[in-house]
Amino acid sequence: MLSRVANHIYWMARYLERAENTARLIQVNTHLLLDLPKSVTLGWEPIIDILSFRDTFYEQYETADEKSVIRFMVTDTSNPSSIINTLAMARENARIVREIIPSEAWELINNLHAQAKNDGQSVLTRRHRFDCLSRVITGNQTITGLVGGTMNRDQAYAFLRLGRHLERTDMTTRIIDVRSASLIPGLSEDHTAFENIQWMGVLKSLTAYQMYRQEMRLRIKREDILNFLLKKETFPRSLSHGLSQLEKCLKELPNPKAVQTRIANVRNELSNLDTSELKQDVLHDVIDDIQLGLLTIHDAINETYF
Amino acid sequence: MVMAIRWGSYKTGPFYDELIAGRNKARPAADALCQYLRSLSDGELLDYKLAATTAIQVMGITFTVYSEEEGSIDRAWPFDIIPRIIHKQEWTEIEKGLKQRVKALNMFINDLYNEQHVIKDNIIPESILTQSKNYLPECRGIQPPHGVWAHICGSDLVRDHHGTVYVLEDNLRVPSGVSYMLENRHVMKRVFPELFGKYNILPVDDYPSDLYNMLCELSPRQIEQPEIVVLTPGIYNSAYFEHAYLAQQMGAELVVGTDLVVDENDKVFMRTVAGLAQVDVIYRRIDDAFIDPEAFREDSMLGVPGLLRAWKAGNVALANAPGAGVADDKVVYAFVPDIIRYYLNEEPLLPNVPTYKCINKEERDYVIDNIADMVVKPANESGGYGMLIGPHATKAERDKFVRLIRRDPRNYVAQPMLLLSTAPTLIDTKAEARHLDLRPFILSGSKITVTTGGLTRVAMRKGSTVVNSSQGGGSKDTWIVDSEV
Repeated sequence: MLSRVANHIYWMARYLERAENTARLIQVNTHLLLDLPKSVTLGWEPIIDILSFRDTFYEQYETADEKSVIRFMVTDTSNPSSIINTLAMARENARIVREIIPSEAWELINNLHAQAKNDGQSVLTRRHRFDCLSRVITGNQTITGLVGGTMNRDQAYAFLRLGRHLERTDMTTRIIDVRSASLIPGLSEDHTAFENIQWMGVLKSLTAYQMYRQEMRLRIKREDILNFLLKKETFPRSLSHGLSQLEKCLKELPNPKAVQTRIANVRNELSNLDTSELKQDVLHDVIDDIQLGLLTIHDAINETYF
Repeated sequence: MVMAIRWGSYKTGPFYDELIAGRNKARPAADALCQYLRSLSDGELLDYKLAATTAIQVMGITFTVYSEEEGSIDRAWPFDIIPRIIHKQEWTEIEKGLKQRVKALNMFINDLYNEQHVIKDNIIPESILTQSKNYLPECRGIQPPHGVWAHICGSDLVRDHHGTVYVLEDNLRVPSGVSYMLENRHVMKRVFPELFGKYNILPVDDYPSDLYNMLCELSPRQIEQPEIVVLTPGIYNSAYFEHAYLAQQMGAELVVGTDLVVDENDKVFMRTVAGLAQVDVIYRRIDDAFIDPEAFREDSMLGVPGLLRAWKAGNVALANAPGAGVADDKVVYAFVPDIIRYYLNEEPLLPNVPTYKCINKEERDYVIDNIADMVVKPANESGGYGMLIGPHATKAERDKFVRLIRRDPRNYVAQPMLLLSTAPTLIDTKAEARHLDLRPFILSGSKITVTTGGLTRVAMRKGSTVVNSSQGGGSKDTWIVDSEV
């Protein structure tokens, strides 16, 4: 398959996955807000940090209040990672490869982008936000289901899944990093009860809550959650699962060596990790390393295939 | 119930109408359709219209318009839900005429690049060749497979007020529109499934496989599955939708210039994730001038350096062949009836629109004296650009064209203003007469095939005859119906 086309498919999948994860993030933060006591000033700032767009944000907005952050993350076209922009990029990439992907997938992506554009105003109000963001999430889920059910298991599909899983692992690690560090700053003794809620929020951002309960049968505990999200092979949004998927994709592609080596490096790092020992500052460093590792995987894919 | 379309108040004016024969009287082939439309209320009509618009949006059928404020943007394809109907009996005759015409045109092109009998025998003046913008001296002496240069041709047909069908022009370079013909049918099937039960409508779906088979035949390597690619200028081209669509329908790679590379052995390869792979046939949708910066325009970012030498070496097939556009010239057009007689020894089955060649002094003087009644066309433009429609033009515009013609007579032809036929077109909830034309597509390989019908383009503005989508034209599904089954 053409290198250029493989590149577009890979990015189409990444952008779709990014849009979905961003929508999840905002969805959960909105809900969390309703559960917390008035005295806890839950910020919207972590959302910006998760996507490393602090500077871009403060160039245009004074404070990281709900309205500004939602606007920035969902509808602002000056933010390269706003949902509207990621969907536009997904659509542009899909448009270029529309002869490769099933035509229904193109229709869905086209539609998803058009819908997000239409929802531009209503998503800013809390009342309609849930529906608007749900449409983005189910939109990508539908696309994932459709390509899974209709696309040949060929190289194009391998590149699509490479993009999806690399983006997903990237988002999972970002969410763990920022959420666990600064979700509720300066928590006092009175508020430890809300730590649970905070961790449930992390799980819910990744639709992991129910699966965590089923799999771990434990009460909400930081180290178990980290273990689940980073190392549980069974959970499809965990880092470990994502790496396995990348490895599977590579089996279907020519010259996989360089990329495989980089994946093995990240895996090593992951297996040396003992989540029960992990303190907050160490966690941050570890995740930083993993993020760099993911970046080198992307670089290797780029060099080998595009 | 509110009746929406009352055929009694539909006005055809002095024109031939494709569906309506006279006051309240449908043509036989259109009778069932007209009755059906009359049975619909305003609300139902609007529902159908909305359903069609939604289908087009959801299917992502678009075309690109340049140079608006936002640069290049995608617009939804403009579509009218009332189909245009042609009886199969009439169509069979048109089809014969098109095959005859394209066969002669290909013989003409092959002759021009080889022996040039047509000039030696004084059928056309040599100046036509020497002053042609699309004649490529680099192609002299080449003999493509089957002697075919224009593998894909789109000929525009119009009907005058007497009901006679004329060929208005032949597009032999990179004609577009066929994907819209196919998609119009898909939209109609989604929106009006019940109508398809009332008619025996001949299908149009064969085109992509006909195209694929024709392209396969051209492969220089005799292998099971030749590598066929569609070469597009990219997503900002107005016909990009079509390029992607056809590639998808044929299962061919859609490539841009930078995907291809020509090696020192004059072979063409594409860059793939597994390395370089040889290419056998290129259906190119890039104009000659841009196809190879090594041979033609050096500044072309779209082309593939060395492509012409690979083609000349016989290592790759190009469709259409470079230089085929020499016959896509409005002056050559005027000679087509003579060309048919010369090569085939037959009378043309489809007439040309009477055409004055400004290159002849007498005809030029006549054009200039009667410019207010003329349509003046430059020899080598497409898309309706650079034309003068005399009856609709201001005095200043007419004077400008008189000057242009005097300065460069070879570059202009003129035709009397035809009274183009109309068909009922849904404007709000009323059917109004709008002018239209028809572009069938003709494929030439070892045999010649013609699309069933073609793309009907309709001028959506009242009284207008400009049907180009880039200038506010719309389209209709075209039904070739068979009443004998």
